Amino acid sequence: MKAKHQRLTLALLALAALFGAGLLAASALKDQASYFYSPADLQKNPVPPGKHIRLGGMVADHSIVKQPDGVTIDFVVADGPATTKARFRGIPPDLFKENSGVVAEGAFDNNGLFVADTILAKHDERYMPPELARKNGRQEHKTETLAR
Amino acid sequence: MHAFANPTRFLSIARPVTPWLLWLGALLSGYGFYAGLFLTPPDYLQGESVRIMYVHVPAAWLGMGGWMGLAVASLAQLVWRHPLAGVAARAIAAPGALFTAICLVTGSIWGSRTWGTWWQWDGRMTSMLVLLFLYFGYIALANASDEKVSVSKATAIFGLIGAVNVPIINRSVVWWNSLHQGPSITLKGSTIAPEILWPLAFTTLGFSLMFGAIVLMRMRTVLASAKVEARLRRLTTA
Repeated sequence: MKAKHQRLTLALLALAALFGAGLLAASALKDQASYFYSPADLQKNPVPPGKHIRLGGMVADHSIVKQPDGVTIDFVVADGPATTKARFRGIPPDLFKENSGVVAEGAFDNNGLFVADTILAKHDERYMPPELARKNGRQEHKTETLAR
Repeated sequence: MHAFANPTRFLSIARPVTPWLLWLGALLSGYGFYAGLFLTPPDYLQGESVRIMYVHVPAAWLGMGGWMGLAVASLAQLVWRHPLAGVAARAIAAPGALFTAICLVTGSIWGSRTWGTWWQWDGRMTSMLVLLFLYFGYIALANASDEKVSVSKATAIFGLIGAVNVPIINRSVVWWNSLHQGPSITLKGSTIAPEILWPLAFTTLGFSLMFGAIVLMRMRTVLASAKVEARLRRLTTA
């Protein structure tokens, strides 16, 4: 075996081991490194009231209700069949819409209502001009669960 | 690749190729910007802010692709002792860091318009920031060693190890819940409508050519300064 080949084998073996270790570690972080909990996650592992978390999912259809005071918004975060009721006081981002993704930061109160102090809007990986969206995009959107 | 092992031959090819890459790249990017700003429709949800994509996405690809190139050069240096591999890796680091920084800045601006936040520690953003720090670390390590033309062995090993981060960036939106949306462009096709997508091809190709031009320029600079140093040394000893 020539020295060159020895170095190549060594380098490739080291790389394979390194990549394997790195990717295994990263994918094992799956739950810990997630940016938010979905309503389905919360159904499986409930979070105690008062603990600050991020809740993410789709804003359910026809669920946004503006309270008479004008700044309080009630909405439902859905992830497939699992849903969580949420409330936010303030100005949400423009992209906060029904059937669109949302990440809310806040905590549950004692009645199981998620009180958000920050709202971030999430959009999915589909980009299209408005005409096309009117033609077919919006219908597609409704059947879609949380895109990630 | 060993045909280019001779620096003189490499320079005789790199010299005329550099301006072509640079100006063709600038032309393609310029047209891509014009098309992305004036010829394409806005997005149905994000409105006009979707146009940041034409800068953000190629910058992200080149930041990641840059490190892959750097890793391949590091491998070529460690295994085949290619005399120009270290020079190439050293030359890639700065534009790689530059494009990664462009990606982070444009992404931050885009996020402020659509998500309602400038920065969040989700998987994609965090791993991309790690890439920028890896570039900084590589540059510091390359400059700290005695090697002034190629790079030291430790630097090359660092270049190889850092490549682990690239697939993590790529998979970050699939493995973990993130604020960043999932991949739009995959082997199966694109979920971006063609009428919005097409200028991206121009800016991506244009940015890539300019990236290549910067790498060749920096390689020529490193080789030229080595030549100057060698001559000065001969003068002082004579």
